[in-house]
Amino acid sequence: MMKVQIEVNGKETSAEVDDRLLLVHYLRNTLGLTGTHWGCDTSNCGACAVWLDGIPVKSCTTLAAMADGASVRTVEGLEGDALDPVQQGFIEEHGLQCGFCTPGMMMTARALLDQVPDPDEATIREAISGNLCRCTGYENIVRAIRWAARHEAAAREQQSAHEPQGAAL
Amino acid sequence: MQVPAPFTYERAGSVDEALSLLGRYGPEARLVAGGHSLIPMMKLRLARPEALIDINGLAELDYIRVDGDHLAIGALTRHASVLDSPVLREHYRIFAEAERVIADPLVRNRGTVGGSLCQADPSEDLSAVFAALRGEVVVRSASGTRRVALREFHVGPYETAVGDGEILVEVRVPIRTSVGSAYEKVERRAGDWSIAAVGAFVVLDGDVISDVGIGITAVGAEHFTCQAAEELLLGSSVQDALVETAAATCAAACNPSVDQRGPEDYKRHLVSVLASRALHRSISAARGEVA
Ligand SMILES: Cc1cc2nc3c(=O)[nH]c(=O)nc-3n(C[C@H](O)[C@H](O)[C@H](O)COP(=O)(O)OP(=O)(O)OC[C@H]3O[C@@H](n4cnc5c(N)ncnc54)[C@H](O)[C@@H]3O)c2cc1C
Ligand code: FES
Ligand code: FES
Repeated sequence: MMKVQIEVNGKETSAEVDDRLLLVHYLRNTLGLTGTHWGCDTSNCGACAVWLDGIPVKSCTTLAAMADGASVRTVEGLEGDALDPVQQGFIEEHGLQCGFCTPGMMMTARALLDQVPDPDEATIREAISGNLCRCTGYENIVRAIRWAARHEAAAREQQSAHEPQGAAL
Repeated sequence: MQVPAPFTYERAGSVDEALSLLGRYGPEARLVAGGHSLIPMMKLRLARPEALIDINGLAELDYIRVDGDHLAIGALTRHASVLDSPVLREHYRIFAEAERVIADPLVRNRGTVGGSLCQADPSEDLSAVFAALRGEVVVRSASGTRRVALREFHVGPYETAVGDGEILVEVRVPIRTSVGSAYEKVERRAGDWSIAAVGAFVVLDGDVISDVGIGITAVGAEHFTCQAAEELLLGSSVQDALVETAAATCAAACNPSVDQRGPEDYKRHLVSVLASRALHRSISAARGEVA
């Protein structure tokens, strides 16, 4: 047994855990954060994707012990004052059917948009290629992510229009 | 639910500390880097180490740099960093071409160069890349540092020259000029292991092939290469027929097993097509033609 301290969605969490406990089970069972799904258990499907220090990883293939001292972000941490644009995009474009792949998809999509704010379809498909969906055929997932990208771009534009004009203008 | 057998978790803060932990726990201890080969094996109980020594904190092993006339890649460099590296892209396109088709982006965020080579899966892609480029690995133990040519690194499937109490710390590749390189892989679906893959580099002196390397994975090629094909090409001027003969030599020399990825004749056919493409594209790139 060992004590881990992991910041999850901005809150310190801590527990005595078995050395062999996987991060996905720490999140779901120890903390009760069942938004992170646990699917194939073989590192293939990406349903368990969470951020580890800002980088999306498969939590079924990461030990809770490896996350000791790190920060983790799960799907529960996406929503701020309002839904994250990625969450809103999945609603608007029907990016889910059964919803099993959705938490992992959204965590991967959020990480993509933070890196590449205006990704084309090929870039989106490549980014989510470690997240399997058995329902949607991916079309609407790609649209959902594009929706989020468009709305974030519009929001940025609006914001800069309201900013005081700089010396260059 | 797949759960690893019990073990003691230890975290190393430096290479020296990792070595002393390896010494303390003995042969039943294993290092864990990305864990994307080892943890799945532990979940299936194909591996049951008594102690797991986590080396993810060793920032000192996470780098890609030019070191004199070599490229030096730290063992803890993630696949994602290899894929994105401007330095590697400038010298050898084979790196980005191979990395793009290794696993998926999430696995590439965790899996490391050192873990890949030490796992020594017979279908591992970077083994073919480094075999083609005639890289060497730097291995450290409590008693010092030694270097092993990549082509002597694999002792058998899942077995390498890295012994108990040793850590692979770096992979080195000679920098070459007037060089072109390429990687060709066929997989069943996005993110899957190769059915077959071939990588190559070619150095041209005018129209003469003055240096060449071929790497082959997933089809039982000895030392992940085909020396006979390299010898055929070395010192010759570029001719299509010669490239085809070299590609056919690779296909004949490998030793594919029959499995769910396909029958033997299919895999040999793939090797010859992929070798031809990798060599042709390397030659074009060495000539400065954009592929
Ligand atoms: C879904 C999936 C698809 C994949 N597809 C591919 C693919 O297409 N092509 C491909 O090549 N690979 C593929 N892989 C393998 C992936 O690249 C692995 O993560 C990687 O090969 C192993 O790196 P790691 O850092 O995770 O190693 P780990 O799992 O941490 O370690 C593997 C082994 O190496 C040892 N080790 C690790 N680092 C060192 C070191 N510095 N010194 C000595 N020993 C060390 C460990 O003790 C262990 O025995 C895939 C993996 C997954 C999960
Ligand atoms: S449950 Fe982790 S990848 Fe499928
Ligand atoms: S919505 Fe069902 S798996 Fe993706």
